[in-house]
Amino acid sequence: MSAICEVPGGNIAVAETPMLRWVLAYADDALILGHRLSEWCSRAPSMEEDMALANLGLDLLGQARFLYSHAATLENAAQPALERSEDDYAYRRDAPQFRNALLVEQPNGDFAATMVRHMLYASFADLYWRASLAVSDPAIAAFAARSEKEIAYHERHAADWVIRLGDGTAESRRRAQSALDGLLAFADELFETEADQLPLMAAGAIIDPARLRDAYRHRIEQICARATLSLAWPRWHQSGGRQGRHGEHLGHLLAELQFLPRAYPGASW
Amino acid sequence: MYAQALDQTDTRPAQGDDPARLAAFQARIDAEQKIEPNHWMPEAYRRTLIRQIAQHAHSEIIGMQPEGNWITRAPSLRRKVALLAKVQDECGHGLYLYAAAETLGVSRAALVDQLLAGTAKYSSIFNYPTLSWADIGAIGWLVDGAAIMNQIPLCRCSYGPYARAMIRVCKEESFHQRQGYEIICSLAGGTPEQRAMAQDALNRWWWPCLMMFGPPDTESQHSDQSTRWKIKRFSNDELRQTFIDATVPQAHRLGLTLPDPDLHLDQATGHWRYGAIDWAEFRAVLRGEGPCNRDRLARRNAAHAEGEWVREAASAYAAKQNQRKAA
Amino acid sequence: MAEATPDYPLWEVFLRSRNGLAHKHAGSLHAPDATLALAAARDLFTRRGEAISIWVVPSHAIIASDPDDQAMLFEPAESKIYRHPSFYTVPDDVGHM
Repeated sequence: MSAICEVPGGNIAVAETPMLRWVLAYADDALILGHRLSEWCSRAPSMEEDMALANLGLDLLGQARFLYSHAATLENAAQPALERSEDDYAYRRDAPQFRNALLVEQPNGDFAATMVRHMLYASFADLYWRASLAVSDPAIAAFAARSEKEIAYHERHAADWVIRLGDGTAESRRRAQSALDGLLAFADELFETEADQLPLMAAGAIIDPARLRDAYRHRIEQICARATLSLAWPRWHQSGGRQGRHGEHLGHLLAELQFLPRAYPGASW
Repeated sequence: MYAQALDQTDTRPAQGDDPARLAAFQARIDAEQKIEPNHWMPEAYRRTLIRQIAQHAHSEIIGMQPEGNWITRAPSLRRKVALLAKVQDECGHGLYLYAAAETLGVSRAALVDQLLAGTAKYSSIFNYPTLSWADIGAIGWLVDGAAIMNQIPLCRCSYGPYARAMIRVCKEESFHQRQGYEIICSLAGGTPEQRAMAQDALNRWWWPCLMMFGPPDTESQHSDQSTRWKIKRFSNDELRQTFIDATVPQAHRLGLTLPDPDLHLDQATGHWRYGAIDWAEFRAVLRGEGPCNRDRLARRNAAHAEGEWVREAASAYAAKQNQRKAA
Repeated sequence: MAEATPDYPLWEVFLRSRNGLAHKHAGSLHAPDATLALAAARDLFTRRGEAISIWVVPSHAIIASDPDDQAMLFEPAESKIYRHPSFYTVPDDVGHM
């Protein structure tokens, strides 16, 4: 492996194996979406919902920490001198190194946009972690077991709200429909298969998300029907996040998230 | 997290309170029996409690903002989840307290409206800004530390729902002060810049924290009745002294300096004696002239206003569901 | 200031902390309907593993006894000491009964 020069406190250079890319993709999904939810703190539509959004955020941040620690274990096993920790991945990579899907970096918008975004993510993640319960990699199976329980609740909570907003008042319906129309193009990226991960999928170490797409569409259609929202799957979809090609929003999110470790390189907190 | 000792006792004459009932009420309190929502109580007792519990609830909800200011910039994932969980707890504590106030026959909506309109008080401490990450440590260590001194005696308050809410709050808050002190420890033992950050935070938060206990006993006119009703168990100055005695050694342990040139240990009593508190600043902040009063209320008003269509939608959906069930 | 939206209805929350224990009153909250009341109860009252089961009940459905009736309702029971085992004497050598 070529020795990559890292500046202390600067960006890390992750030696990405197919497995590491997979771990970071799902860790980044959880971190970015968890961060977005934490932005709601003290701004929710009701105090009860402030509690709920923080709980959703804490679940996701916990999932991100688990997967980043797993990534650190994988990288340190290959190169112990790196001494990677969970925070290296969250705080010392720039936007092009992030592997999250574009959906999760979309701004919170109004409460309808946040709940539609969450429904689109959680319906996927629930299916994905449930399918991952039986993978051959024990660390991933253990993660799936824990996450599936958390995410099942997320999906229910998001669906409860999408249904109430869709079938609530004329204004809430307009906002929910607009959120759905705007965000639907980000759903399909969640089901892209990364070619270099195919051998891992064939070996049963991880699950190919593509095989869950039909079940996912069925779920979203059911929720939208109950919400009396009209659903038209777009013929194209936004893509690029898994390869590090993000939208304009992620850079700003990271500038905020990473500010302290970037401003005080080498300090511990 | 924070019951501030504001002048809370309602001393308006109790019209029509039957002297025999008043005596029986006081006898129950003297016997350390709890008063419950549907029990008879003097109107002044009810009004005093509504005002105090509402101020306490408002403080929790407004108190989310200064710390919430750093959630998205927390310097590690461990710090981020701890801070989000802590601020979430404060929201929960506000909800427990509003519910306790509602048992006295006032609606939460009415109390929230008073807060939004700027006619209700909340703890002055939250009108100060959080300027660096060290402020998150200082708030946990000092502000929560001061709050705990106020809140533990409230667990024995004569009004049952308030006492029960405070027991839950104190139990949940046990991690808050440790969380803050751990942050300050890391900074005090860190780089020179981090150490300076910790000292600067202590310099800015120390005096406002001492003000959290309320005016000195010589000026606090209404404490007697609250004490007789066993709503208040210790005087402002007693609690302030307890806090200072507990906190000064914690600062010294980290090599931090307290911003009070008059601070010294009184060998005879074992108490730390402190310099004059700027009560003019305290009164100005309570009047709305603190650095962040406007921002704090504006944020709460914005959240409330922007959430209105959501609350309307949920209520409309519930009404439709009820109609569908009835049909 | 006129109130824009009346608050959601009030619900009472009861938690079963462990299997084998009864549900116990934990507090109250506001929610627009039963589903969201359960969700809010979960988010508000069970963040530290306090429950394995939740009940929510509309607060207006609770019928409470009048505290002014306390003496009439409950004091008569106090004199019926023959309802308690300690009222009865059995020989010591019989052992625990």
